[in-house]
Amino acid sequence: MKPPQVVESHTISIIVDNEPGVLARVIGLFSGRGYNIDSLTVTETEHEAHLSRITIVTAGTPMVIEQIKAQLERLVPVHEVVDLTVRGASLERELALIKVQGKGEKRVETLRLAEAFRARVVDATTESFVFEITGRSQKIDQFVVLMQPLGLAEVARTGIAAISRGADESLPID
Amino acid sequence: MAREMSGAEIVIQALIDQGVEDIFGYPGGAVLPIYDALYQQSKLEHVLVRHEQGAVHAAEGYARSTGKVGVVLVTSGPGATNAVTGLTDALMDSIPVVCLTGQVATHLIGNDAFQECDTVGITRPCTKHNYLVKDVNDLGRVLHEAFYVASNGRPGPVVVDIPKDVQFALGAYQGKTNARHKTYQPRVKGDQQAIRTAVEALAGAKKPIIYSGGGIINSGPQASRLLRSFSDITGYPVTSTLMGLGAFPAADDKWLGMLGMHGTYEANMAMHDCDVMLCIGARFDDRITGRLDAFSPNSTKIHVDIDASSINKNVHVDIPIIGDCAHVLEDMVRVWKARSAQPDKEALSAWWSQIEEWRGRDCLKFAQGDDVIMPQHAIQRLYELTKDRDTYITTEVGQHQMWAAQFYRFEEPNRWMTSGGLGTMGYGLPAAIGVQRAHPDALVIDIAGEASILMNMQEMSTAIQHQLPVKIFILNNQYMGMVRQWQELLHGNRLSHSYTDSLPDFVKLAEAYGGVGIRAEKPDELDDAIKQMIDCDKPVLFDCRVHKLANCFPMIPSGNAHNDMLVGDETEVQQVSDEGKILV
Repeated sequence: MKPPQVVESHTISIIVDNEPGVLARVIGLFSGRGYNIDSLTVTETEHEAHLSRITIVTAGTPMVIEQIKAQLERLVPVHEVVDLTVRGASLERELALIKVQGKGEKRVETLRLAEAFRARVVDATTESFVFEITGRSQKIDQFVVLMQPLGLAEVARTGIAAISRGADESLPID
Repeated sequence: MAREMSGAEIVIQALIDQGVEDIFGYPGGAVLPIYDALYQQSKLEHVLVRHEQGAVHAAEGYARSTGKVGVVLVTSGPGATNAVTGLTDALMDSIPVVCLTGQVATHLIGNDAFQECDTVGITRPCTKHNYLVKDVNDLGRVLHEAFYVASNGRPGPVVVDIPKDVQFALGAYQGKTNARHKTYQPRVKGDQQAIRTAVEALAGAKKPIIYSGGGIINSGPQASRLLRSFSDITGYPVTSTLMGLGAFPAADDKWLGMLGMHGTYEANMAMHDCDVMLCIGARFDDRITGRLDAFSPNSTKIHVDIDASSINKNVHVDIPIIGDCAHVLEDMVRVWKARSAQPDKEALSAWWSQIEEWRGRDCLKFAQGDDVIMPQHAIQRLYELTKDRDTYITTEVGQHQMWAAQFYRFEEPNRWMTSGGLGTMGYGLPAAIGVQRAHPDALVIDIAGEASILMNMQEMSTAIQHQLPVKIFILNNQYMGMVRQWQELLHGNRLSHSYTDSLPDFVKLAEAYGGVGIRAEKPDELDDAIKQMIDCDKPVLFDCRVHKLANCFPMIPSGNAHNDMLVGDETEVQQVSDEGKILV
């Protein structure tokens, strides 16, 4: 009689009024009710309409995911909550800046791998590179792992930005 | 159309435009401009409490007994933080409250100014929504929106934090508009297909039960009437949560009494054994369900709730219906009358025989001797002597609250004010003050315990000042009774700090405040003393000395299922599982 309780990862897109405290309301909901946040991205997306998009990757059983969406929907400044994972075909991208230190042979190997991953060199010294890499999170994870033995120094990641494929808008703009 | 006035004047005007007549508050530096504006008008009346927590509870009592939004006005810093318990209480019990808090001037925010606190930060998790108004031109709109948010959908508390410079500033006031809120539009009408499916399931039930809750009360008197007619046309039994008492009349023979941890044997057994459950305006709270994996294992569950986040939160339901109780019940009554299938009369009559057998257990019985007043007896007498009057009951939290729920019989909604979700000791007296303010000629009784009442005892002074003749009926057993009961059942009867030494003399205390004190110590004094209390036109502290070690039964111990409850006549108390012990 109980639904299966398998933990799933979901990408949830929340369109909110861009007003002070709105992020705190969303984050406070997650921490107060013990939900996970695996990735969080937020920025204003439509300046004229004062709208921001918060993209959260969270994990939970189907019952918890359903709760998260219902809890988000009842926040007053929330316009719409879209579960991109349920909608199916959605696009997810993340950008990372990755600093790798090294000399000699390792630098050559680093550059070779960067090329294979289509990571761009955005800063270079004789002892370091900074790469810019864009893609799905797994691709970035993989690149980071490969850089570890080659002198990985620092990683800065944006978190996931996601959007549904096709012509449908999650929130029609008036 | 817009008029120019000061922020403080906008506050007063917006409250008047919302139909507010009474506000509960306490002045302080950061709300002085609003108090000044209050002084210079005569439409709004102000009840001066003695502690801001009391102001919020009073507003809750006012709201719960009238169906209107309760209004609170407090200052910044400690004024706001003192209100937090009341706000949390209102959030848990879905009570519409608008709480206006003063704030330090905008240029001082974040500077740790005198009596500054991050009010919107602190109250964010304990309100339905909150606002910090930094521009006086937004003030009118925000205030009207606050009332809309507090009272629409699942009701709750809303805080509007107003910096002192905004109260002084001149701005445009637009008046109340009925513009659609851009994001918050709760759904009130239930899905018709789901309603038809639910009615089909109910019509096919052999062992049905209606489990109603506080949502019926929040929905308004119409929802209570529809609940009654739905039960009448179906002939199905009704039980209710603590918050829902009064929605269905206790005198009706289809009434099974309250369910849950201290609910009746028949209500809990019926919940456990039913095959179709209609949960309406309730939320499968842990006090109700007991052990979740053994909760009503074989039933089809229908859940009607205006808040989608209540659906499938604790218990998986088969037929969810998001909507307002009255709207959905209206549709259910209509669909029921229009459908052709007749319920299985034979099965229903067998179900009722089973329920009668459970009723025969007489789970609320107790023995009243000549010597000591039993607390249950005290409530029973109070009920008998007040039932024919225009009576409102509030409670504090603990054993007395459960006995009140078990032994005081409610026939109408909005007559019962109690702290259900948060379980706030100290709720009852200020709530009674709010109720009395809304119903000046009614008999308002706070059924209290001697421990709870001391938590907001200072509000006696408010009652005296505003000539609100509330009656405080204290079941005095010198223990925090529910704590003592749990210590007895779960912690080897080691009564750690649950006994109150040095209690005040409540009769003298009443007199010190300017009220009347009455004491009853023997069963044969009780009736006369209660009559004396009823006839008194002043606030009364009634010190009813009751059996010190009486326990509140029936009880589903933590971690047990509905059909595994302790009934008072069992001498042997079973061991509570370790798993159960960690539950509250």
